[in-house]
Amino acid sequence: MSEAGLVLKPPARDGALAQARAHLFGGWGSSLATLSFAALILWLAPDLLRYLVLDAVWRAPDGAACRATGAGACWAFIVEKFPFFVYGPYPPALRWRVDLTMALGAALVAWNLWRGAPRKGLALTLFLAVYPFVALALLYGAPFLGLAIVPTSQWGGVFVSLLVAAVGIVFSLPFGVMLALGRRSRLPVVRMMSIGFIEIVRGAPLIAVLFMANVMLPLFVPEEWAPDRLLRPLIGVALFASAYMAEVVRGGLQAIPRGQTEAAQALGLSAWRTQRLVVLPQALTLVIPGLVNTFIGLFKDTTLVAAVGALDFLRAVDVARLDPAWAGPTIATTSYIFAGLFYFVFCFAMSRYSLAVERRLAQARAR
Amino acid sequence: MAEASAATTQKPKPWRDPRWRGGAAQAALLAFVGGLFYFALTLARENMRQRGIPTDFGFWSQPSGFEVSQSLIAYSAASTYGRAFFVGLLNTLTVAAIGAVLATALGFLIGVGRVSQNWLVSRLCGAYVETLRNLPLLLQLLFWYNAVLKALPGPRQSLRFGDIFLNNRGLFVPEPMAQGGAQAAAIALVLGLIAALVWVSYARAKQKRTGRRPPVALVALAFVVLPPLAAALVFGAPLRFQPAQLKGFNFVGGLRLTPEFVALVIGLSTYTASFIAEIVRAGLLAVPKGQREAADALGLTHGQSLRLVVIPQAMRVIIPPLTSQYLNLTKNSSLAVFISYPDLVQVFMGTVLNQTGAAVPIVALTMAVYLAISLAASVAMNAYNARLARHGGGS
Repeated sequence: MSEAGLVLKPPARDGALAQARAHLFGGWGSSLATLSFAALILWLAPDLLRYLVLDAVWRAPDGAACRATGAGACWAFIVEKFPFFVYGPYPPALRWRVDLTMALGAALVAWNLWRGAPRKGLALTLFLAVYPFVALALLYGAPFLGLAIVPTSQWGGVFVSLLVAAVGIVFSLPFGVMLALGRRSRLPVVRMMSIGFIEIVRGAPLIAVLFMANVMLPLFVPEEWAPDRLLRPLIGVALFASAYMAEVVRGGLQAIPRGQTEAAQALGLSAWRTQRLVVLPQALTLVIPGLVNTFIGLFKDTTLVAAVGALDFLRAVDVARLDPAWAGPTIATTSYIFAGLFYFVFCFAMSRYSLAVERRLAQARAR
Repeated sequence: MAEASAATTQKPKPWRDPRWRGGAAQAALLAFVGGLFYFALTLARENMRQRGIPTDFGFWSQPSGFEVSQSLIAYSAASTYGRAFFVGLLNTLTVAAIGAVLATALGFLIGVGRVSQNWLVSRLCGAYVETLRNLPLLLQLLFWYNAVLKALPGPRQSLRFGDIFLNNRGLFVPEPMAQGGAQAAAIALVLGLIAALVWVSYARAKQKRTGRRPPVALVALAFVVLPPLAAALVFGAPLRFQPAQLKGFNFVGGLRLTPEFVALVIGLSTYTASFIAEIVRAGLLAVPKGQREAADALGLTHGQSLRLVVIPQAMRVIIPPLTSQYLNLTKNSSLAVFISYPDLVQVFMGTVLNQTGAAVPIVALTMAVYLAISLAASVAMNAYNARLARHGGGS
């Protein structure tokens, strides 16, 4: 036996089985963790499967079937309320306008994000300068085009969430860049004002900013101009996002070596053209991952506009949940699982996009 | 050439002089912003006068007339609005402090789990982080509040863990009540703490002088734990835990944590933990592998190299972003409005503002509170960074 011990081969290091053993049973602590977590998963998975799929109620005219004992998730409720989740109380006959707006927006976003797309400059101009007006005309209405007005009190659901996010993104980019440049300006007044704005807004919670926009904005303008109930949170979100965007952009500006500015000045470029043609393009490319992360945060934060009465997607779900015809023990959980899926798909996709960009940038730098 | 030499000898025209242009631009900006402010403020004053909106803190000492579901200080509907402000502020700070402690513990656990060799553990921790980070905090809070805590059975069918009861009225834990030996134990604890601090500084001085490190943690722990224990043995137990008891349809006695508070603490700490986990992971990965190998080569055990070599270096990367997570948690506690937990925003910017209509002072004070908290955090952070810079690679 001792001879056999001498010729024992070292344990195999490759091969799936050896890999699995090393990564799952590397020591007694590791083995214990693996076994207990595996047991936990095996214990929970059947219940979860039953709740979400096997015992779930897929079709029902009202909540009666969902109230039965042992019933799982009430997907019938989601099916029934789906139009409300997407459009809120928007008049059903006019919902094609919302569809058209979202389709146009999706097409423009895809054009902007697709790397090899032609005419990207045109795409960005259309998205930032033309699309907002088209969207406003379609959603709110334009009597001179034959589009009846739909007051914002009838807006709601997914499209309001997307609208808040889009307004936040479209406004925060230019304002954020301006604030970031202002914060690095050598003019003390400009610098102080930028710092003051950025720090005050970043120091406060979004809810406080929204409350502030809601009660203060009507005070600062003549009574007949009092901003719309939905416009106030939009302004609040835009201001809030700008301050965060400014800090991200500042990070990029700081990473650009001084030599770039000096070279641009040596070429005789004015201060504005130096920023516009040399510094900003490099800085913004550098911070794309940070910008996307800010967008993710902004998208999650759109849920907070409900605090001042806007009916966003999550609020629509929470309102629908209280419908007495559907009241039942599984409704709340079902609603939040559905809402969670919606937000997760958006945020996860954005974070993967940001990771891909980050990897591409790292490759470009390594070259 | 003539032009060029003329340009170098003559002073530039004022509108080409960068200093002059800078000054003009600033003056223009000041005038514009000042004008805007003046215009807006004049209008606002006129608007508020017409609509009868108060513009000062006159409401501060008037009775509030509303009840609050949770308060650390004595408060009733007869208390003033000013007192309501402090109730809200204290509730915000309570949730933030408890949430920060729990989030840190959970976040470190999951962050270390993410860099674990164990494939299952690291994947599970990764799934936790990805899931919680990609869902809105509000959704998570509503889920905990409406789908979990509100769905619990009533007091008679409470879930029971020893003397702790959980039902749809909240979480009932035994209430610690001071009794006979409390004073003696408290004094012993303070003395023990002082002794422990003295011992720590003595141990540090001795390590500097001789290079030998006396046992610190164990002795300090003994200093803190043993004297109160001894005092309790001599003078009797300092605390009595009074559990809640079911009387009729509800519990009496004990300490009741409202469902709103529990939901907010769970939601905030699990959500923030997912961000802290990423910070911890980045910090651990930032320590060069050579450090670990060098520690192994010196003969340190796995635990020692983690405790003495890896973690101290990782902490430098971890602490600055950790502070900003604490700030985020504090700010996020304002989501309390959605589940009616009486935090600063819900009580002051919500109820008090609705009742008094004094928009400007209330908004200004609330913003000032949050600004003060974040300024305090950034001052502390700067001091920490300065200390790191001073001590460099040392201790």
